[in-house]
Amino acid sequence: MFVNFLTTAIRFSATFLYGSTGEIIIEKGGHLNLGIPGIISVGAAVGCIFEYYLVKAMGTSVPALLILIPLLMTMISGALMGLLYSFLTVTLRANQNVVGLAMTTFGVGLAGYLISDIQAEMAIIARASKFFRDMFAVQSDNWFVQIFLSHGVLVYLAIIIAIVVQIILSKTRVGLNLRAVGENPATADAAGINVTKYKYVSTCIGCAISAVGGLFCVMDYMGGNWEYVLEGFGWLSIALVIFTLWRPALSILGSIVFAGLYILAFGYIEGISFAQTEIIKMLPYLVTVLVLSISSMLNKKNTQPPAALGVSYFREER
Amino acid sequence: MQNAIELKNISKFFGDVIANKNVNLDVKKGEILSILGENGSGKTTLMNMIAGIYYPDEGEILIDGLPVTIRSPKDAFAHRIGMIHQHFKLVDVFSAADNIILGEEFQGFDIKEEKSKLCEKFAKENSEFENYKPEDHPGILSYLSAPKFHSEKEIKRAVSVLPLVKISKRLQFNWLSRNRAQTIQKIAYKYGFDIDLKKKIYDMSVSEKQTVEIIKVLYRNADILILDEPTAVLTPQEIKKLFDVLRRMREDGKSIIIITHKLNEVMEISDRVAVMRKGEHIATVNTAETCEQELTEMMVGKKIELNINRTVPQNSEDRLVVEHICATNHDGVKILDDVSFEARSGEILGIAGIAGSGQRELLEAIAGLQKLNGGDIWYYDPSKNNEKVDLRSKTPMQIRNLGVRLSFVPEDRLGMGLVGNMDLIDNMMLRSYKNIKKLDDEDTVTQNNSDIINVAKDEQIDNTECNVKAEQSEEVKNNSNAFVAFMKKSGKAVANVAVKAWSAVFLDRKSPKTLAETIVKDLEVVTPSTRTPVRRLSGGNVQKVLVGREIAAAPTVLMAAYPVRGLDINSSYTIYNLLNAQKEKGVAVIYVGEDLDVLIDLCDRIMVICGGKITGIVDGRAAQKEQIGLMMMGRLSQSEGNDSVKPINGDEQGEVEREDI
Repeated sequence: MFVNFLTTAIRFSATFLYGSTGEIIIEKGGHLNLGIPGIISVGAAVGCIFEYYLVKAMGTSVPALLILIPLLMTMISGALMGLLYSFLTVTLRANQNVVGLAMTTFGVGLAGYLISDIQAEMAIIARASKFFRDMFAVQSDNWFVQIFLSHGVLVYLAIIIAIVVQIILSKTRVGLNLRAVGENPATADAAGINVTKYKYVSTCIGCAISAVGGLFCVMDYMGGNWEYVLEGFGWLSIALVIFTLWRPALSILGSIVFAGLYILAFGYIEGISFAQTEIIKMLPYLVTVLVLSISSMLNKKNTQPPAALGVSYFREER
Repeated sequence: MQNAIELKNISKFFGDVIANKNVNLDVKKGEILSILGENGSGKTTLMNMIAGIYYPDEGEILIDGLPVTIRSPKDAFAHRIGMIHQHFKLVDVFSAADNIILGEEFQGFDIKEEKSKLCEKFAKENSEFENYKPEDHPGILSYLSAPKFHSEKEIKRAVSVLPLVKISKRLQFNWLSRNRAQTIQKIAYKYGFDIDLKKKIYDMSVSEKQTVEIIKVLYRNADILILDEPTAVLTPQEIKKLFDVLRRMREDGKSIIIITHKLNEVMEISDRVAVMRKGEHIATVNTAETCEQELTEMMVGKKIELNINRTVPQNSEDRLVVEHICATNHDGVKILDDVSFEARSGEILGIAGIAGSGQRELLEAIAGLQKLNGGDIWYYDPSKNNEKVDLRSKTPMQIRNLGVRLSFVPEDRLGMGLVGNMDLIDNMMLRSYKNIKKLDDEDTVTQNNSDIINVAKDEQIDNTECNVKAEQSEEVKNNSNAFVAFMKKSGKAVANVAVKAWSAVFLDRKSPKTLAETIVKDLEVVTPSTRTPVRRLSGGNVQKVLVGREIAAAPTVLMAAYPVRGLDINSSYTIYNLLNAQKEKGVAVIYVGEDLDVLIDLCDRIMVICGGKITGIVDGRAAQKEQIGLMMMGRLSQSEGNDSVKPINGDEQGEVEREDI
């Protein structure tokens, strides 16, 4: 029972991990992207559409392609959404919150539209789902193997990405520069860093990573079924960024906690009503509020959000 | 001497505003050039164009005699130009070392060169391996340091990844080395800076931050250094240190441009002075051949007197008494420690101290914005026959409702003083929107406003000019009061009721408007209109608006924290005269300042604060700059300061003597 719970939690956590890792990269560059729910939805929808036509055209003969092509397309679609977001917020200096919310509304709507064509034939996609789940999974009765090694390829990828991003942010020059852009763009600019370039690239990469969360959720976790829950997962990813204090490595654990709290309501506690389920599903948000209050009460400099988060930068502003 | 940098006919426009027009300027190698000018005369804009923050609309920049294009700070670095901005460009959460290496350029990476280097290294290690005899190196762990053999395959592999290394270097994925702080520390020691570069910026004092900025520019091998008002936030001792560093750099052959408002510093440090006025370059003169008076005249464009007219306090009585107040900040650190003093009417009490020693908290405590752990604040109300009023633990609104006329010019102009996004009129209204208009009162208060402001001006500018001004403002007031006059005619009682009913529902926009116009006129605020958001005005003008509004409230206690910070000489003296005029009217003025010369000239008593503690209160007429400087650092208490002006040890005595010369 407990092993089962932990296994499911770790598997489910990848959705949040992609979303939050992406959002951390974006926020480190000084942009608060509230469009993540929309981007995740669009990413999932685009991935599904490519999956659908791939399976229809070539069946399930080349599993690697069935994973790689939708993955690539999901990332591209996410990056394009990121490009739109950066154009509006970096170049046109529009309000980031407004643009972000608009991206969410737009993205969720667009995803619904895109998926509507193939929604009746999701069974075709479900055929490809098992490759996502089983390609690198080890089957065993051993509890350790079950918890840590029985997952689909995208779960491992999420953890690898989170660790790599953490190392890049804290240990390399490009990470130092990106953090400087998010903390104090005027300083970064005066130091000769191309602020606009850094903001564009970080936003696009961040959005691309986030979008994979949607694909994972549909193809792996939900086994190729389309459900309109992605938006909520997007919001949870953004909350996770705050929960983990802008650290991707910490976000690996944080996402497991979030996933655990979220799935707690589904069968792991017996004899609870629907209303109680919904309350348990609220727990991640509650925890985030607590973490945010505690961290701002402690007021430690290294647990604060990037100083210039949400502020547009214009060099010649007086 | 050769010109390090030369500006030819540089112009810059911000919309319709001319920031710089046809500026010609040159800086020689190995010299210090001061740039003088009033607020908004375009000094900083000009420097920003050299540093690549702005791009000039017209004209060209020559470096070492060759025309160059500087489009970004990156280009400026390439031409070995480094600028230390007035507001430090540092990332707070980074260590000093990280701030210094920030944005460093990709160093060229030649694959062939690296390959030969790598092969050499392997060959050397292999030969070492051949000559290595284990029996020569006893010890269990010696095998760890023993050389290893590199096979052909290994070498080939290492060489084959070189292109990848190059790409990752170009993308700046290169590793931040663990001992990066030590590497830079060496440079710091070389130039004689004593600073710990592993420290985070938010833990640093202002002068430490400035040192980091200077090391940053030196690290980038800058030959031309621009310093924008570097001394504004430093103590006399720190300024002396900075100037020593600058002189050392000059001897090193570097060219230094320094912007400052303080004339004595200009005379002390620079070889030549360039004077700017209203965006134009007026003249460049050799410092040795000029004097402060001449420079001021060139800068302002007319004769002005640089004297603060200090009168002897008349009928001084205690107005505000602070007794043993203590306060702590968020981290539980004491920021005010047993502070006691009294502010007397008709007197200016100066507060001197290193920035962040508790001045801000002290004023905020009096204004009702700072929570106190102990102590008392008493106010003696002159309108109620000096009745004792307790101000402790009251909110600003409660204090106002008690009838205490307290005006506060906070340090943080746009944060606490004014609302940046609101225009001048609305900002005036912030102080008056709660008032229900009373006809009689209103008359006298407006009268008061224009009076005080004009008094201050009288002393400064030629009388004829001022008369014209006074007439004009009289006219404005008359117009605006036409409505009131009409109401008076039609029956005061009726009018009173009507106005009261009217103003109970609607805001009174008229008197704030008049006030805004009066301030703009009398204090020469440069603004397109009174409808312009305050945020768009330059720092000096914002300050004038704020001080004007606070004085117009006809206070009995006026607290001003750094009211002349960032203001040019002319505006500064306007403010000093305003404060003096308030003092003569019997107001208890508390003035927190950073320029010790001014504090000594302006204040009747100077209170020195250090780390939240009062180190002493000295008489402004007998005070010595060095004595106050030492008290600011807590190295001299009042008792020692009183019986002798001599500093504690011989070493410092030498310093003082030198400064006197």
